[in-house]
Amino acid sequence: MNWRVWLPLMLFALFLGVAAYQLTQPKDDVVASGMIGQELPYFELPPAHSDNPGVTTADLRDGKPRLLNIWASWCLPCIAEAPQLEALKEQGVEIVGIAIRDDPEDVAQFLARHGNPYTRIGRDDLSEVQLGIGSSGVPETFVIDGNGVITYQHIGDIRADDLPVLLEKLREAGA
Amino acid sequence: MIAELGHAALWMAAALAALQLVAGALGARDGEVEGITILSRPAAILQGALAAFAFAALLWVFAITDLSVKLVAANSHSMKPMVFKLSGAWGNHEGSMLLWVTVMALAGALIAAIERRLPERTMQATLAAQGFVALGFYAFLLLSSNPFERLPIPAAEGQGLNPLLQDIGLAFHPPTLYFGYVGLSVAFSFAVGAMLTRSVTPDFARAMRPWVLGAWVLLTLGITAGSYWAYYELGWGGWWFWDPVENASLMPWLAATALLHSVSVLASRDALRVWTIMLGVIAFSMSMLGTFLVRSGVLTSVHAFAVDPERGSFILVLLAIYIGGALLLFALRANSISEGERFSVASREGALVFNNVMLSAILAVVLLGTLYPLLTEAFDVRVSVGPPYFNPVSAIFALPMLAVMAVGPLLRWRRDSFGRISKELALIAALIVAGLIFFALFEGVAILPLMGLALAIALAVASFLPLRGRNLRRLPVSVWGMVMAHFGIAVALFGMASESAFSNEKLAALEVGQSTQVGPWKVRLDGIEPVAGPNWTAIEGRMLASYKGGEPSEIAPQSRNFWAPPQQTTESVLLTRWNGQLYAVMGSEADDGRWQLRLWWKPFVTLIWYGGMLMALGGVLAIIGRVRRDLKRRSIRRKIEVRRADMEELG
Repeated sequence: MNWRVWLPLMLFALFLGVAAYQLTQPKDDVVASGMIGQELPYFELPPAHSDNPGVTTADLRDGKPRLLNIWASWCLPCIAEAPQLEALKEQGVEIVGIAIRDDPEDVAQFLARHGNPYTRIGRDDLSEVQLGIGSSGVPETFVIDGNGVITYQHIGDIRADDLPVLLEKLREAGA
Repeated sequence: MIAELGHAALWMAAALAALQLVAGALGARDGEVEGITILSRPAAILQGALAAFAFAALLWVFAITDLSVKLVAANSHSMKPMVFKLSGAWGNHEGSMLLWVTVMALAGALIAAIERRLPERTMQATLAAQGFVALGFYAFLLLSSNPFERLPIPAAEGQGLNPLLQDIGLAFHPPTLYFGYVGLSVAFSFAVGAMLTRSVTPDFARAMRPWVLGAWVLLTLGITAGSYWAYYELGWGGWWFWDPVENASLMPWLAATALLHSVSVLASRDALRVWTIMLGVIAFSMSMLGTFLVRSGVLTSVHAFAVDPERGSFILVLLAIYIGGALLLFALRANSISEGERFSVASREGALVFNNVMLSAILAVVLLGTLYPLLTEAFDVRVSVGPPYFNPVSAIFALPMLAVMAVGPLLRWRRDSFGRISKELALIAALIVAGLIFFALFEGVAILPLMGLALAIALAVASFLPLRGRNLRRLPVSVWGMVMAHFGIAVALFGMASESAFSNEKLAALEVGQSTQVGPWKVRLDGIEPVAGPNWTAIEGRMLASYKGGEPSEIAPQSRNFWAPPQQTTESVLLTRWNGQLYAVMGSEADDGRWQLRLWWKPFVTLIWYGGMLMALGGVLAIIGRVRRDLKRRSIRRKIEVRRADMEELG
């Protein structure tokens, strides 16, 4: 018996084993922030809009869990997620916004057109806070528990079917 | 009603595939055409007709936008132009699988109807194998991806008006590759049939050759088109990214290239029997593997596909049955198939074997690089294998292969000496050395592109050497095909090497009115305009580009924002001259009000795709030549039989 003729079959069997194993594994393609489970870094942001106060780390440590929404008036997916943020607000969720590299006039215009779900909006002109909390794009939404610790990160715009997950994460954070 | 008829036709076709399997298997065992065995050929032909009917039914429900069919509601829209309604029929998973089985069934019908060269037993075994492969795909369609499924309540409007997907290239690129894969499935069935009946003969190779050639032509065109699509659409300025989806189409091509050469050796010299069988199995394995990798989502790719692990598992099971079964059969039978005729190293067979080994080595390199992340992820290590691995490692095998490719066609079959072609060898060597010296004079040319350029020049000349001293008018068409395909490789190689050796890249931040220089081009930003489309807005950069101070041309690349689904794309602009392309991509606005621009000057880059088309054209010529010669041979055979019968009658 010539063992070499069995080689292709054996290599193929190895591939089958690995591929079958991989198919059963859950797929995770999202780069999560290394900041999950850690406290927010210290920051103090001036207001980005005349109707809302600015944001400081202390505001996010008063014992109440919230959503921290990273957005911008120049960001199109942010328009898409505006109705979902409104829906969250109606369910009693407190949302704090950070406007990235934005201009107060544009912010006012955006909020007039698409609604203002925020209790506070900070102004992050150089993306310093954004980078500090491990966000790599706009929009992103973080769940912050009452002690100012990041417990969850949602990357991309919030869609209708993301709401239950966010509400569940907020409940876990103590809401 | 039409959808139900299509669905019913699919079930009947599946039943006929089962009949074809049983009848063919019995015929292969007994070698006699009687009883149920008679049915294998008609079953194959009827099955082809029914599958074609099912596909026509699917086209029909897409053409009239029947929104009670789930697939139509999910992928079409009443306002789409007709051509995209029709292409929508196969622009999704279910429809594309139906197209696959339809083409496979039609191919089966064709061999059942016209192939008479093979011994009846081998033919029956081939039909049985074909029926077996088809049966698996029917099961896949009917059990897990029924294209004719109805919605309980018809949808009011379809969901498929995504203009991003309304691209004529996207409509025809995937089917081209699919047809190629199906051609390889026919070659696979022939190989299995020949193994089962231990009848690996030149006739078997002649029967298989047109299918391999056809598959190779379609794969060549598909890869060429896919590469150009990635080049202008992704806006990254590259033409090949070693992405898993690209590799999935390259691997069957490499196997088919090797197979088409070894099948020629088998057809004309009765050598390389085991090797040809092995390649027949490998080539189809690679197409199935590619389909699995693309559809199952086990590897992450820049090309987004509707990914579904359940379907992935189904394809994996099919893969296990077909390929595992064929490799097992190979292991059991390989020792009983003799290698065939012997030949010396300095012969055309010798050169072909060398290059076959090189092609297989490149295939192994690409396969390993593509599957490596899959393997390491099983141990929780995430790696990404990219050009730093693929380029140099495949070049180790590609460079000697190209050199032998220049020499091989000059050698005679069976036994030759290098002394006989010493003049030609000297010419090729001189061209390589001259090319190396000439291109080394340019600044900053890396070693691989340098060797690529020199080899391309030598190969371009060498590919025409087989024509010397021959009467060009009486030369067989298939020889022209070979010359054309080899010249195409030289052309494409020159394009690739030139692109990587001489490209100029410039990332500039310009105010309106400012200019920048990239290579011989001067580009001035004249203005920035907002533009709006049906579901996007864009920033358009108006620019004037002039080559070496000549007449300026207007170009206007865009950066587009789509909002449903939200996505940013770049619409790059290509300005083509005979000696290269200017490639411009619009970036975003910098803080100080300047605009970012990415510009490339890529000398001779278009040769890559022209070369690909020349190769495909060579393949087409080879098919024409082979089929014409086969038909002639068949009519001579018939005349001899008629004459013999006449003689016997005369006594």
